[in-house]
Amino acid sequence: MKAYIKGIAYYLPEAVLTNEELVEQFPEWTVDKISKKVGISERHITTEDETAGDLAVKAAEKLFSERNIDRSQIDFVLLCTQSPDYHLPSTSCIIQDRLGLSTKCGAFDFNLGCSGYEYGLAVAKGLVLGGIANNILLLTAETYTKYIHPLDKGNRTIFGDGATATLVSNEGFAEICEFGLGTDGSGAEQLIVKTGCARQFKPANDYQVNEECGVHSSDNLYMNGKAIFDFTADVVPRLIEETLQKNGITMDDVDLFVFHQANKYMINYIRKLMDIEKDKFFIFMENVGNTVSSTIPIALCEAEKEGRLKGKVVLAGFGVGLSYGAVVLNIR
Amino acid sequence: MELKDFIQQFAEQFDDTDASEIDAQTSFHDLEEWDSLIALAVLNMTEKRYGKRITFDDMKKCDTVEDLFNVILAK
Repeated sequence: MKAYIKGIAYYLPEAVLTNEELVEQFPEWTVDKISKKVGISERHITTEDETAGDLAVKAAEKLFSERNIDRSQIDFVLLCTQSPDYHLPSTSCIIQDRLGLSTKCGAFDFNLGCSGYEYGLAVAKGLVLGGIANNILLLTAETYTKYIHPLDKGNRTIFGDGATATLVSNEGFAEICEFGLGTDGSGAEQLIVKTGCARQFKPANDYQVNEECGVHSSDNLYMNGKAIFDFTADVVPRLIEETLQKNGITMDDVDLFVFHQANKYMINYIRKLMDIEKDKFFIFMENVGNTVSSTIPIALCEAEKEGRLKGKVVLAGFGVGLSYGAVVLNIR
Repeated sequence: MELKDFIQQFAEQFDDTDASEIDAQTSFHDLEEWDSLIALAVLNMTEKRYGKRITFDDMKKCDTVEDLFNVILAK
């Protein structure tokens, strides 16, 4: 038996943050410089009462209607999020009810960021091949913008909110082939929201600006740009090599690379390190930004619209954890 | 590690600045395209290509590309 992607859809919240608005707040930047360098012109932002669960429900509804999917056939819900609606219960359980899915559905959330889509595909494939479920609704939904400090211009420029829905089944248009996965938890503090959970429940109120690391606040999203840049440049080429090997193919056999859309400059740096031709390297972030676990399925949707999904497609996600994962899709 | 090679590698990290605009005496902080992302790429390139680790602070103290080259050389 094999596992396939049968359909993908995505949903973005309505409110938009433009480069013009960012430059108004941070006049030391220019609109042109932001869009050229990070490759982002606008990002969609959730309102205060809009959650990852809300976005995921909308993405799933879009998938059902666009692909004419019978929701009664869904027998598992996987939600990848680091901004769940509640500490408990699992947001996936709430989504089962909101979508009117069968109560015979299995459902759970898993907490991963930029590598989340590959891990979701890996678990979904396992469920299919293990005979545990036949139609898995894999959701990714993130509202990182709620975690970002208003003065953190770097992260506000990069991140946007959004959600995606993918149906994984025993038939479909993209066979989910072999994976390469990896973790380096020693880098956990390089990309983190420190407070609000069990380790430190109460806010720390320790906001400070550090030139090397940017805004540092335990109550907000913190990213050590240098550590993440170095991690990515170090790990991605090795991850791809290992994944291609597992699939018994070489770089030349790959028709399209779809990497986590972190920011345009960084992923182009990796592209150049790996000698990947520009036309085999899909970039889609200009009007969405970095939507964490949703960047790859959003890019896949767009690549499909552009007719660029064919042959062997390599997906690679990397980031918070630090966690990374890659997989080869064989498009039928 | 040669200055000529370093200048070429340094210039390669820029997307919109032509390599001809960058030489040993260029005050790189003043280049219009210079920003923290290019700085990250230069730090990463330095480590990958020359096996030398420098910091943002080291970089900040440098004026020209040659200054940076000398700081790296001394590591």
